[in-house]
Amino acid sequence: MRAKGHLSLGRLAVAVAAALSVWLAAGAVCLLFGQVRVTPAQVVNGMLGRASDPLHANILLMERTPRVLLALVVGGGLALTGAVFQALLRNPLATPHTLGVSAGGALGAAAAIALSLPGLNVGPFTPVQFYALLGALLNVGIIYALARRRVYSPLKLLLAGVTLGLICSALIMFVRFVADPHKLVAVDRWLMGGLDVHGYRSLAAVLPLLLPALLVLLMQANAMNQLSLGEEMAAGRGVDVARAQREAFLAGSVLTAGVVSVAGPIGFVGLIVPHVLRGLFGPDHRLLLPLCFFGGGAFLAVADTVARSTFAPSELPVGVLTAMLGGPFFLVLLMTRMR
Amino acid sequence: MSEALLSARDCCFSYGEGAFGLAGVSLDVGAGEVLGIVGPNGSGKSTLLRLMAGLLRPSSGGVRMGGAEVGSLSRRALARRVAFLPQQAEASFRFRVCEVVAMGRFPHLGTFGFLGARDVEIVDRAMQETACSALADRDFSTLSGGEKQRVLIAAILAQEPRAMLLDEPTAALDIHHRSDVLDLLWRLSRKQIGVVVVTHDLNAAGQFCDRLVLLADGRVARAGGPADVLEAQLLSEVYGAEARVFPNPVTGTPLVIVPGEAAHDAG
Repeated sequence: MRAKGHLSLGRLAVAVAAALSVWLAAGAVCLLFGQVRVTPAQVVNGMLGRASDPLHANILLMERTPRVLLALVVGGGLALTGAVFQALLRNPLATPHTLGVSAGGALGAAAAIALSLPGLNVGPFTPVQFYALLGALLNVGIIYALARRRVYSPLKLLLAGVTLGLICSALIMFVRFVADPHKLVAVDRWLMGGLDVHGYRSLAAVLPLLLPALLVLLMQANAMNQLSLGEEMAAGRGVDVARAQREAFLAGSVLTAGVVSVAGPIGFVGLIVPHVLRGLFGPDHRLLLPLCFFGGGAFLAVADTVARSTFAPSELPVGVLTAMLGGPFFLVLLMTRMR
Repeated sequence: MSEALLSARDCCFSYGEGAFGLAGVSLDVGAGEVLGIVGPNGSGKSTLLRLMAGLLRPSSGGVRMGGAEVGSLSRRALARRVAFLPQQAEASFRFRVCEVVAMGRFPHLGTFGFLGARDVEIVDRAMQETACSALADRDFSTLSGGEKQRVLIAAILAQEPRAMLLDEPTAALDIHHRSDVLDLLWRLSRKQIGVVVVTHDLNAAGQFCDRLVLLADGRVARAGGPADVLEAQLLSEVYGAEARVFPNPVTGTPLVIVPGEAAHDAG
């Protein structure tokens, strides 16, 4: 599917418009499905506030729409960050969770739930979301401090991130050990990752972190291409390597922190989506990053819709589904396409 | 040689205590010449090249490019004048050859690096000059070592630099591709590009370089024409192994032979 010749602005615009359409279409279709099926006419009427059935209107406006919107931006952010981290760390296995940011978020959330930390309502964040954000940002700070050191190298950063994740996992086990057993169910539920939201509060919480981070990451797309051929090569071409890496790490980590605080550690989107899209459309990050955002968003919205429809009346957390279906799918892909 | 294009003056550099570095190295590169930097492992060849490329800053002394201090130029401004090719360049993703060559245009383009009509022309010409045009739509990572090196040279050619600095460009190549790449660099130098090559291959250096700089322990042991630098006694001292020099029967350039123990036994 890769076009020949050089990427022009026109071709990029066409590709992005097509991806945007898929993203919007996936979102629209997802509004129709769930425990209660609705027709497109009911969706339009519901949006215009003319629904005949107030229950339907409530489900549509306060449950389904915010949830689908959240999936569209969260999935997009995770996939795009995954693509950037794979380029920065020069490691195809890198994901938004590789640097331990999500583990920090999980620790924050687990501590908040299990130890009944004081309920702070900060802005649109719920107390648990706020503690998750705090934990994730703490790890961002540690990673950022390491990345600023002159001895920084992708390998060291990777090792530091993995170690940070392991430390947080151990601390989560400690929290579980000392916690009231009745609260462990809620901790487990959070760790599965999901988009179980009501109203637009989570969306309002995540967007102020996600949108600026996306912008920073997209601005680095061309530098990411250069870095794919090595840091010295990029520096010789005029890339300010240290700055590009710093900005991309920070933006990707802040984005992940925001996403994890509202949706928990949803896995596999940040791994599979970049790999599939890179295989189909090539590695040019100027094209790949926008495609990852729209593709990842569409993927997560559909996955979440399947998760909440199939197991009705209970809802399967989407993080469980993405890992259960995404893992085997990725293995097949590895064995057949990427020799 | 006319006025120097790129010149290092009394450059010192240290990686830290006990590590290899440079202790006051000066050299000039002129437009239209191939300068070879040779010397034993750890003599400071690659360090010198990185100082000249602006990737490392000298602790004292300086590097000037066309009248401007290299350290005072922005990375992009410097990249429009000086191109650098590191020893091992591998792409982490499956970029196509034309994409890799187009990446050389980076310092001339805007934030997102879209090529204008003139840039496309320059990229095409760079691929023609290096005989890569037929590879344009191939996956870079599947190319042979010789092809990869030609593509990477096409990329630094597309960068339109006045000087090219290459770190062991032929180290991984067989004899055919090695002479291919060196011939190519020699041809490019005749277009008024200053070419600096770090190499371990003294015979190739003697054959393809206009001038040589022999480094030993971070200092210039000798600089001059191949015949002046590739001298048996000097090489024996610097490398710590008995070296003999004969005229190459084909080219007449110096041919360095290190007999070693095995040769003595056989003789």
